[in-house]
Amino acid sequence: MPEQVAITVNGVSVTVPPGTTVAAAVILAGQPCRHSVGGEPRGPLCGMGICFECRVNINRRLHCRSCQIICEQGMEVTTDE
Amino acid sequence: MNHPTYDVVVVGAGIVGAACADEFAGRGMRVAIVDGDSVGSGATAAAMGHIVVMDDSEAQFALTRYSQRLWQELCTELPSEVEFDQCGTVWVAADDEKMGEVWRKQKFYEQRGVPTEVLDAQTLYQLEPNLRVGFAGGLRVLEDTVLYPPCAAAFLMNRAQKRGAKLYVGESATQIAHGRLWMTDGLEVSAKFIVNAAGTGSPQIMPGVELKKRKGHLVITDRYPGFVRHQLVELGYVKSASSSSGDSVAFNIQPRRTGQLLIGSSRQYGAEHKEVDQQILARMVQRAQQYMPGLAQMSAIRIWTGFRAATPDKLPLIGPWPGDDSLFLATGHEGLGITMSLGTARILVDQITGRIPEIPIEPYLPSRVSQEHAHA
Amino acid sequence: MSSVSKSKFDVVVVGGGPAGMAAGTRAGECGLRVAIVDDNPTLGGQIWRQGAKSEPEPEHSAWTKRLRSARAELISGTAFDQPDVGILVVEQADGTREVAYDKLILATGARERFLPFPGWTLPNVMGAGGLQAIVKNGLTVRGKRILVAGSGPLLWAVAAYLRTHDAEVVRICEQASWRSLAWFTLGLLEQPRKLTQGFSLKRELAGISFSPNSWPVAANGHSVVESVTISRNGRLEEIPCDYLACGFHLVPNIELPQLLGCRIQNGCVRVDDFQRTTVANILCAGEPTGIGGVELALVEGQIAGLTAAGRLSEAQNLFGERNKLQRFAGRLDQAFKLRSQLRSLASADTIVCRCEDVRYSQLRRYTSWRTAKLQTRCGMGPCQGRICGPATQFLLKWDPDSVRPPIFPVRVESLAFPASSVVPEQPTLTGGL
Repeated sequence: MPEQVAITVNGVSVTVPPGTTVAAAVILAGQPCRHSVGGEPRGPLCGMGICFECRVNINRRLHCRSCQIICEQGMEVTTDE
Repeated sequence: MNHPTYDVVVVGAGIVGAACADEFAGRGMRVAIVDGDSVGSGATAAAMGHIVVMDDSEAQFALTRYSQRLWQELCTELPSEVEFDQCGTVWVAADDEKMGEVWRKQKFYEQRGVPTEVLDAQTLYQLEPNLRVGFAGGLRVLEDTVLYPPCAAAFLMNRAQKRGAKLYVGESATQIAHGRLWMTDGLEVSAKFIVNAAGTGSPQIMPGVELKKRKGHLVITDRYPGFVRHQLVELGYVKSASSSSGDSVAFNIQPRRTGQLLIGSSRQYGAEHKEVDQQILARMVQRAQQYMPGLAQMSAIRIWTGFRAATPDKLPLIGPWPGDDSLFLATGHEGLGITMSLGTARILVDQITGRIPEIPIEPYLPSRVSQEHAHA
Repeated sequence: MSSVSKSKFDVVVVGGGPAGMAAGTRAGECGLRVAIVDDNPTLGGQIWRQGAKSEPEPEHSAWTKRLRSARAELISGTAFDQPDVGILVVEQADGTREVAYDKLILATGARERFLPFPGWTLPNVMGAGGLQAIVKNGLTVRGKRILVAGSGPLLWAVAAYLRTHDAEVVRICEQASWRSLAWFTLGLLEQPRKLTQGFSLKRELAGISFSPNSWPVAANGHSVVESVTISRNGRLEEIPCDYLACGFHLVPNIELPQLLGCRIQNGCVRVDDFQRTTVANILCAGEPTGIGGVELALVEGQIAGLTAAGRLSEAQNLFGERNKLQRFAGRLDQAFKLRSQLRSLASADTIVCRCEDVRYSQLRRYTSWRTAKLQTRCGMGPCQGRICGPATQFLLKWDPDSVRPPIFPVRVESLAFPASSVVPEQPTLTGGL
């Protein structure tokens, strides 16, 4: 088991302890997870997978609820622009 | 007791009723609209919101094309929430046999001034890369459009009201005859003309109107901008829509301006309840996935059903109701209510005000049906 | 094409939080074949959420052990529809699964209530439980200034938790009045366990500024929250912070009970003394029957599990404890009632529906949820109204709409599950927890 897990958020490398969710990693990277239909930056709200505000793209898959997904080594996370 | 009097009362505040109200009000007539629910809450709320030309018959073409032109004239006035988007339709030809159908359609539309483009396989995939491989090509109909029906109906109704139209919502019409209409709360109104634009509810207030409910299902996904660029329909759609019996599904997908995808379509006769029919939903979804495999992994947010009002000859009923000079119909549009709404309103109001309609009205006259019965 | 599998159990429990674990344990201990359906990889629900680093609470460990011994199967997935009476369809990672049951126990828990106010959509404004969950899942908050606001005992638990993770909790703002809180605390005297928890909390919270009669009026900041303006005793105060953890008590998750036709009253599932709903063979336990906390959920879950197993007199033995805990739940409800001033927090252009960016001014002109939905698309986003629904119910007093499948977003391919009836087969008995 690795000491730390390295992922990229919008191309920038972020290293987190194992068991960290993608949502936590994106916040630690100082990024919003997404932008609303009106262009507002948004981040996680409910922390339990029901608000859908934490959606990011993971390895080119859209609309992943990042608060429900544990970081895996090498994950490529992008937030929509 | 106060009996309000109007020049015309329209029963039904769906897209057709709203269009009629707007047309009447625009010509200076005092109009009232009655609906048991709210504006655009019936089939209009469930509708896919496409504005398409169809070539199933000359009469169908004439009214869809006329109506589509009227929508184009109106589009600059529509607010953004109506989401009017001239994305065009691509009729997808699965194989060479269907390409024959593509050429037939192209010729039909060319002769009638509708701009289209025949797509070979290469061009088809350039325009719609997410279609499953192996299709032969298609026909692009450039001026077809999509919009968001509840807001479109609300726009037309608001415009009618600004011109003095009076809207009664929450109370249904229970009976209409000889210039009088009774509502569920006991209110009675009088009018020179009463227009039945009540969709599937039309036979309830005018027994003898031949309409069947044709149930449909739709699924809407989360946002996947750019995945589909045009409204996509399989060429088998017409067969599904024009059959008089049985359940059928056809591939029909529509991109919304938001990037959400509307997945349809299904048709059932004899299904009276609003609940989702899992068997037909499964078939519809499987058909859609056959045409666009990428749909399978997308997030589906909502499913809903709706009832189209279908006539035996697949054409709407627009015009006077035989036997009562005050009664008119504007109903029975099956899956083309949004498209045909503006044209319906025009030719109906032309008939009532004595103006010459811009297209022949005979194919849609309610009396055509009674005449058939007379001859039977 | 995704796979479809079918299985049958004596008892299916939906929800793997305290109520669900207790129900599954008791039913399993009576010798029944039990499955627990939950969309998290590990059981515990929200209150017993395990982070990467944290140790489970003793109560949680005890029930986990007991449940394992009772040999309940964990079905990891989201129950989203009912193809036929007695069958649920569950979306899993690799396909759908039709799960048939003789008895169904709904233990779907609760979620936080969010009320809109200017700036509430800024990043780093989260629920109170929301921030706690994310910290449990790896967000470091050492040295960060956090304002905890809203209503309910959850705020204290969250503040204490954040503090143990070295955050600087700058304030706890509770909208309830001193009087309500005093009355609530008095009621704790009847509940020794709660009292002990209360005292230990008091220690953990020592030194944190606590303001009743206080609520957020605006979250300020450019791309993240930088400060929060609060109202306290009628005066405004601006408090700089890095996070705002704000939630206004809890609302029951009743979507699945509604879909199945269970009678709902005042937003809660109606049950009789044996936790039976108005639908045959369907029981309900925990927060969906009324917000009442962990201990009540555990007792209700046990009663439901025993009832499902036909052990009515054993179930009855727990009625006394439940009634006592229900008195606590009643006090909870009363003490933390939302004051009407909170209705004026949202200004005309405050966003109410976050999925579709619908503002308060757009909604106010409609008289029903349904019309507002159709015209503005409020509630038509992926949250399916879970966030904006309780907000609009409070702000505009709209009644919610009926529930339709899928009760949670699922993959398009999952909608193509077959409609035919289930052929029951032997389930595999694994520990699976």
